[in-house]
Amino acid sequence: MKEMKIAKNEVVSFLDSLIREYKVFAPVKRDSFVVFQEIHSGSEALLDYANSKKPPKEIFFPQSEVMFAYSLHGEGLGIEEPAFEEKPRVIFGIRPCDARSLVILDDIFNSEMYKDVYYIDKREKTLVIATGCNQPNSTCFCTSLGGGPFSRDGSDLLLVDIGQEYVVQAVTEKGEQFLKKHSEFKDVDEHSLSLMRNVIETAGALIKSKVETEEIKEKLDRMFDDPFWDLVHEKCLGCAICTYLCPTCHCFDIADEATDHRGKRIRIWDSCAFPMFTLEASGVNPRPTNKERTRQRIMHKFKYFVDNHGMAACVGCGRCIKECPVNLDIRAVLNSILNR
Amino acid sequence: MPDTSVMIRDTAKKLLDEKRVDLIIGFERGTLPLCSSPCFTRRSEEAERLIWNASCENNLAKYLRRREEKVGIVAKGCDIRSIIGLIKEQQIDREQVFIIGVPCNGMIDRRKIEAKLDGKEILEAEEEDETVILKGRDFTEAIKKEEFLHNSCKTCNHRNPVIYDVLIGDKVEENQGFDEYKEVKEFEAQSADRRWQSFTNEVSKCIRCYACRNACPLCYCQECFVDSSQPQWIGKTTNLSDTSIFHIVRAFHTAGRCVDCGACERACPMGIDIRKLTKKIEKDVKELFHYEAGVSLEDIPPLATFNPDDPQEFIK
Repeated sequence: MKEMKIAKNEVVSFLDSLIREYKVFAPVKRDSFVVFQEIHSGSEALLDYANSKKPPKEIFFPQSEVMFAYSLHGEGLGIEEPAFEEKPRVIFGIRPCDARSLVILDDIFNSEMYKDVYYIDKREKTLVIATGCNQPNSTCFCTSLGGGPFSRDGSDLLLVDIGQEYVVQAVTEKGEQFLKKHSEFKDVDEHSLSLMRNVIETAGALIKSKVETEEIKEKLDRMFDDPFWDLVHEKCLGCAICTYLCPTCHCFDIADEATDHRGKRIRIWDSCAFPMFTLEASGVNPRPTNKERTRQRIMHKFKYFVDNHGMAACVGCGRCIKECPVNLDIRAVLNSILNR
Repeated sequence: MPDTSVMIRDTAKKLLDEKRVDLIIGFERGTLPLCSSPCFTRRSEEAERLIWNASCENNLAKYLRRREEKVGIVAKGCDIRSIIGLIKEQQIDREQVFIIGVPCNGMIDRRKIEAKLDGKEILEAEEEDETVILKGRDFTEAIKKEEFLHNSCKTCNHRNPVIYDVLIGDKVEENQGFDEYKEVKEFEAQSADRRWQSFTNEVSKCIRCYACRNACPLCYCQECFVDSSQPQWIGKTTNLSDTSIFHIVRAFHTAGRCVDCGACERACPMGIDIRKLTKKIEKDVKELFHYEAGVSLEDIPPLATFNPDDPQEFIK
């Protein structure tokens, strides 16, 4: 695997040069938190941060997205295609957990059975430059889900912070080609590589939060009717924080917004936590109470998704843990399941 | 504080053992520093988990409605005022609730502390009488609790329970000599453009997760207006217009009912200043109808009644 390096003090000018050619998304400070946004100058990017409040899935799967527009006129119905991406894009500074979430989202939006043109357009036109985590947070449990602070899944390039420089690992062919075209990337020496290996090893050991996730699916296979669910949901408010801030949650609703003879069909995020999520036109709701909906969340992520896609729909980023207003900690739920 | 936790536990165990309640809703230790979590206990042994400290910030009155059983609830001043509201709106029976009232000096706002630490993660927190000792990977810092309270705690004038079935510990001193509407007045004094700018800046952060609505004990409509499709009152995207209407309408739906417990603001993941509107409406209700929500079981909420003397300067 090709490795090069870039000096930290050259990153801002590197981003500035990218901005001329690409639409560049990077972590940006907004009030007291961090979000991924398009930047118009390299100095806007935050290089040192824990993780963004909202997951960067919104760069590929926005909270609301116009699928097409329509208008009725004298000659009939006119359909306006959605705006596809014109410029190639770069997402810079995404964390390895979030980069891994793209692999999971790929399996949903770009599978043999289903090709989501909106997602695929953005995904194919985006180069993913991830920054590994030298100091994971206490709520990070990526290693329990097949990831890690320097996991390469889902990225084209992975940056490793070794002090004054980043070592850059070319994860994909696309990443390697990109390195060749940018002179800010220099050849890397053995000393830097050895620093890199140290950083990676140390970071792995800093992940303190662990859950034995391999046995969860087996337990869940037998737990649909378990009285466990009667109690675990009690404090849950049924809001959408965990689903909207989760990098792998992908459920959506489709709404038409129209006035007179013109309208738009819009895809919007939806949440299985909402009562209306499974409300059928007949009035029947297969998940009538918070109990069924909380059970669904855990089952979907750790059993159904494993059944259908061979992996858990969770990357251990810890956002749901940090942001849940009632501290319904998914790690505690998983550990309770393991102890059943 | 340890005393308060012990007193709550003892009270809870007694109530459960004597079968005076079937369930006690309180707080237990959370999985993060400076964090507690709502706890549902049905047996005396489970009551051992109950705690009380300056991170017991949730409004547990949310969990009282639609229960068959007799419920005990560990409640601070604001929570109890919500309970009074729920009783007046006939959502719960007074006899069904056993109120374990806890005098409160305010709850700590974790986010204010995180902002001060500018990204450094808190790994441990030890609460003392007036201070909290924070420990991170490479720092230790002591902070004064009263400098990091939630905004709604800073303007609270009901730190002691208004009603209760048992009072835990001694009453505390009420906040004195301050203007709870100081920030509202500053806002009112601004131009309409400036106020609109300020309001839209806040709500543009909204991700329509409805945590504010779901955390509020007084938001209990079977079908919330945001979920109505026939007619559809507002769109479901984060379009600024739709989001603004959501916040404005929700604020008006809580007019004369909101007790300013701050649960909405605490639940919001994006740190939106939700009380900007609700506190202003609370002030208007006080001035127009001389009414304060959640302090009396007898008075009728102003939007549920009328009085021939009601102000009508708007009729010209």
